[in-house]
Amino acid sequence: MAPLFRVEGLTFAYPGRAPALEGIDLELHARERLFLTGANGSGKSTLLRCLIGLARPQAGRIIAFGEEPTTEEQFRRLRCRAGFVFQDPDDQLFSPTVIEDVAFGPLNMGLPRDEAIAQADEALAGLGLDGFRDRITYKLSGGERRLVSLATVLAMKPEVLLLDEPTNALDEVTTDRLADILTGLPQAMIAVSHDPHFRAEVGTREVFLHQGRIVAERPAGHGARRMGA
Amino acid sequence: MSYVLEGDATARPATPPALTQVDPRYRVVAVVAFAITVVALHDFAALLIALFVSAAVLLHGRLPVANTIRQVVTVDMFMIFVILSLPFTTPGETAFTLFGLEASKEGIGDAFRIALKANAIVLMMLVLVGTIGPVRLGHALSRLKVPPMFVHLMLFTVRYIEVLNEEYQRLRTAMRTRGFRPGTNMHTIRTLGYLVGMLLIRAFDRSERVLQAMRCRGFTGAFHLIDESRPAGLREGLFAIGTAAVLAALIYVEVRHGAFVSR
Repeated sequence: MAPLFRVEGLTFAYPGRAPALEGIDLELHARERLFLTGANGSGKSTLLRCLIGLARPQAGRIIAFGEEPTTEEQFRRLRCRAGFVFQDPDDQLFSPTVIEDVAFGPLNMGLPRDEAIAQADEALAGLGLDGFRDRITYKLSGGERRLVSLATVLAMKPEVLLLDEPTNALDEVTTDRLADILTGLPQAMIAVSHDPHFRAEVGTREVFLHQGRIVAERPAGHGARRMGA
Repeated sequence: MSYVLEGDATARPATPPALTQVDPRYRVVAVVAFAITVVALHDFAALLIALFVSAAVLLHGRLPVANTIRQVVTVDMFMIFVILSLPFTTPGETAFTLFGLEASKEGIGDAFRIALKANAIVLMMLVLVGTIGPVRLGHALSRLKVPPMFVHLMLFTVRYIEVLNEEYQRLRTAMRTRGFRPGTNMHTIRTLGYLVGMLLIRAFDRSERVLQAMRCRGFTGAFHLIDESRPAGLREGLFAIGTAAVLAALIYVEVRHGAFVSR
């Protein structure tokens, strides 16, 4: 089966700086939960941002779902299929109420109101967040914000999830709950995480970055075993 | 801070006052109509009635008294210099002399009128609009066909003012833990300059990230508000009639009594 994402020779540099990514080759296959890890500044987040066109690489190709997006409009459609969850939920949740924020994506995809709201409710229920729909986003706790921001992306029914440090600032209980949720999802995902326990729990494969290059790769812990890899 | 933003829904009594149950749109329109009418009034009797109505509504709304007085006084502080200087700057019949300055009767009258008008309107606003809460107010304004740009500007402000405040508090704490004590010197001015500059930069960066997060969810420029408020009913009808009656009474007193006084 063709990979969902294929990256070939990706090179990206912020203006006037040494390349943040250099010659990256990477594939993501269906049902894989791929973790990117490495020191601060090794290019993990930049790689995620390149995949959906938030950063435009100077060289290399990105093939997503068999197509190579180049224009903003193509990337816009891609972003609806590959949902990106930001590191800081305060960046993600901008609407006053939870239901508005979760329905924002489906409405942008052109769904009629009722369907968009139904899809949003479904996403909330799937994460055990029933009863959160009329809550005010800025009054949620850190853990609740994280789960709601995941719901805002899941409501769009993406085929791939991109997660930038999803356990950032979460306590252990919420981290475990998030691990359970992520392992239960059918989507393939690429996640950045510094938490070795979380990676072992959720991941099926780990890729190590160092100074913008992939230096090692290995199957991850329980996740890989659960998948039978 | 969040009290200001949310109107503190948790502190309300178990059975909320009827007026605060009226559809927010009707309350916004009523306050605007009340404000326009009161601003146009000139007669003292009419103004006193307006203030009396506001006070009655305030009692009905059961707002926390101390808090409400503080908010009203805050507004009065904005006008205090106008009110104090009006008697001395308006030409007319001299009422009394202070430090060689002559206070006119007309000026004193105008000062009292402005104070009465402002307080009547602010009180009415606190009860009817202040209890709506920013989110529902945004929805109400949107359904009243206020331009979407304005509504979303308000909602974004409500959403992020607390985030910015937290960021400010974090920076202040970080400064304090390293022994910063503000004083009247260059070091303080420079440090506070850095603080404000850093807040601006962070706010700008955050706005970029928020926009990117929105684009990641297919944002192309159209906003959608989900408003599931019920249609207007008997309560709204009664409220509209009551508002109209009060306004009509004020205008009647202004015209009849005002004309009588000037004769």
